[in-house]
Amino acid sequence: MNNALRKLGQLALVLFLVTLFTALLVSLLPGDPAEVIIPFGDESDREALREELNLDDPLPVRYVAWLGDFVTGDMGNYYRQSITEPVADRVTQAAPVSLLLMLYAQVLALVIAIPLGVITAQRAGSFFDKFTNTTAFGILAIPNFVLALVLSYVVGVELGWLPPQGYVRFSNDIGEHFRSMILPSISLAAGQVAVYMRLLRTDMVATLQEDFILMAKAKGLSNKRVLWRHALRPSSLTLLTVAGLNVGTLVGGALIIEIIFTLPGMGVLIFQAISERQYVAIQSLVALIAVGYVLVNVFVDMLYAALDPRIRSARG
Amino acid sequence: MARRRIVAEPSKDQTEPLLVVDDLHTTFRTPSGRVRAVNGVSFELKQGRTLGIVGESGSGKSVLSRTIMGLLPSNNVEVTGSARYRGNELVGAKSSVLRSLWGSELSMIFQDPMTSLNPVMRIGKQITEVLRHHLDMSNDEAEDMAVSLLRSVKIPEPEKRVRQYPHELSGGMRQRVVIAVALACGPHLLFADEPTTALDVTVQAQILDLLDEQQRERFMSMVLVTHDLGVVAGRAHDIAVMYAGRIVEMAPTRTLFQNMRMPYTQALFESIPKLDLPSHTRLTVIPGRPPDLVNPPTGCSFAPRCERAQARCLEEQPPLMEAETPDHRYACFYPVGTPEGDEALAENRRRGYQAAGVPVMIQEKAS
Repeated sequence: MNNALRKLGQLALVLFLVTLFTALLVSLLPGDPAEVIIPFGDESDREALREELNLDDPLPVRYVAWLGDFVTGDMGNYYRQSITEPVADRVTQAAPVSLLLMLYAQVLALVIAIPLGVITAQRAGSFFDKFTNTTAFGILAIPNFVLALVLSYVVGVELGWLPPQGYVRFSNDIGEHFRSMILPSISLAAGQVAVYMRLLRTDMVATLQEDFILMAKAKGLSNKRVLWRHALRPSSLTLLTVAGLNVGTLVGGALIIEIIFTLPGMGVLIFQAISERQYVAIQSLVALIAVGYVLVNVFVDMLYAALDPRIRSARG
Repeated sequence: MARRRIVAEPSKDQTEPLLVVDDLHTTFRTPSGRVRAVNGVSFELKQGRTLGIVGESGSGKSVLSRTIMGLLPSNNVEVTGSARYRGNELVGAKSSVLRSLWGSELSMIFQDPMTSLNPVMRIGKQITEVLRHHLDMSNDEAEDMAVSLLRSVKIPEPEKRVRQYPHELSGGMRQRVVIAVALACGPHLLFADEPTTALDVTVQAQILDLLDEQQRERFMSMVLVTHDLGVVAGRAHDIAVMYAGRIVEMAPTRTLFQNMRMPYTQALFESIPKLDLPSHTRLTVIPGRPPDLVNPPTGCSFAPRCERAQARCLEEQPPLMEAETPDHRYACFYPVGTPEGDEALAENRRRGYQAAGVPVMIQEKAS
């Protein structure tokens, strides 16, 4: 119980700091947001917009006003020259796209990295180990936007195997949905594979030296069973931690990938909001991502306990 | 998945020992050179007998038991010689053959129960997996068996323990679990590698008594590896003393204690603290360190630390010789309790140092 309260406190603190810094940064942008949002209309329209956005108030007042709205579930509006729509509406459209992209990328990275990590750990120093490491680090060195562009062009345009861009909703056509997500997911996952694989390999190599592994072997169990049932679970805590923290990197990566593959996700939304100086929207979107990030890491924390009974009893 | 259980054929000749080790060598290739951890060890072990292997740290005793089991990593290790279990050669055997013997015919108890159980697996699971693997038991059968195994190693409330994790048990209890795992499939040969070294003194005797009792009940053969002569004194039928990868003296327990020939055995024996000496008596120690196994000395490997060492000991490796007492062998040119030995000791004391130049104390020792 105590633990849950502490987590909640942490969540509040993280949100406060993240949004405060976002507010500060946005306020540093030169120019008048009203000018950017309504470049050609009447000065009176701009005046009205300034009024609505409290643009004439000092930053602390604006920040407190926004915070009050956000915690009560009002994410503010997204302003266009003609229409004004609530940010919340756009988020409900965009969030699933980004979440699915990050989920697929994360799952793909783990599905590739875990077996490779286990096998390279078992054959540490072998040709396979060295080859896999070199290849993975080669891929890690390629920025994800370069990989995305190359994949989009080669696989999407030249070979025509998969759509080079565009998004199909899961509810519209499941097959097409997955086809549209393959290239973005690969682009986003590729760099993570090397990181996850190396982390798992390092921990596995250490675990394989443990006495309980020798004892498992002395029981006559198959190599496979020793590796997957005895060694993997106690070796996976670091991987889990980093996979949780990595959600932050994925958010940043997803933003670029979404733009390249024209996926209507949070990345595109934030990009637009920044370039259009929608400062209320920016603050709300960033805050939302921060909430998601903290929640993922709370979940990871709970997974520790599931993986290691010693942590469970220490928390009692 | 059904598994074949490859059972080693019982040999026709009933007197043929269960385990025959012949000129076994284990060499580790390390960056600093070849480490000869086991250097020509031979012995036999009959069904139902306990062999105590005694030696200092680094004498090769643990490596010896792992070599016989075939549990050493395959890279950078060379094993030559022979170890036959019921007539089946274990050295160089295929890993599938070894795996079918491990846990079912040959079992091992490890030194440290704090690290030899998987921390993230329930106690019950760690016992049932070996039963299901080798004996093709169903889950329920295996669980019942696990509970009765825990009961037989005297763990209270076994039904509750099978649901617990290792960290919820004390060191002594964990070692009992390790023993239960090792005994689960009814092995014929049990290696106990310093089974009580990591435990409290109060628990040590209990664990050793438990092993003793199980060994007699099941008529198993046991190899009890320890650095403590006191541990094997009342429990092993035979004792082999190891030094620098070789057996330097081997005899039935009573013979060894009454008639020890090898100065190293005597030194080990004298380094056991005696309760009847007044308190604050200095502990008797063996001066120096075990030899470097990369460049072992040419002659007797104990010579640099031996009070009796003569020039010959530094040049020539003493072979394992038969003593007058039956089944007793030792490797020494100037053995304890013989005229030559006494003369060598007396001469070194007169000189004040032995052949390797190490000072020899004049003061009298019981010898």
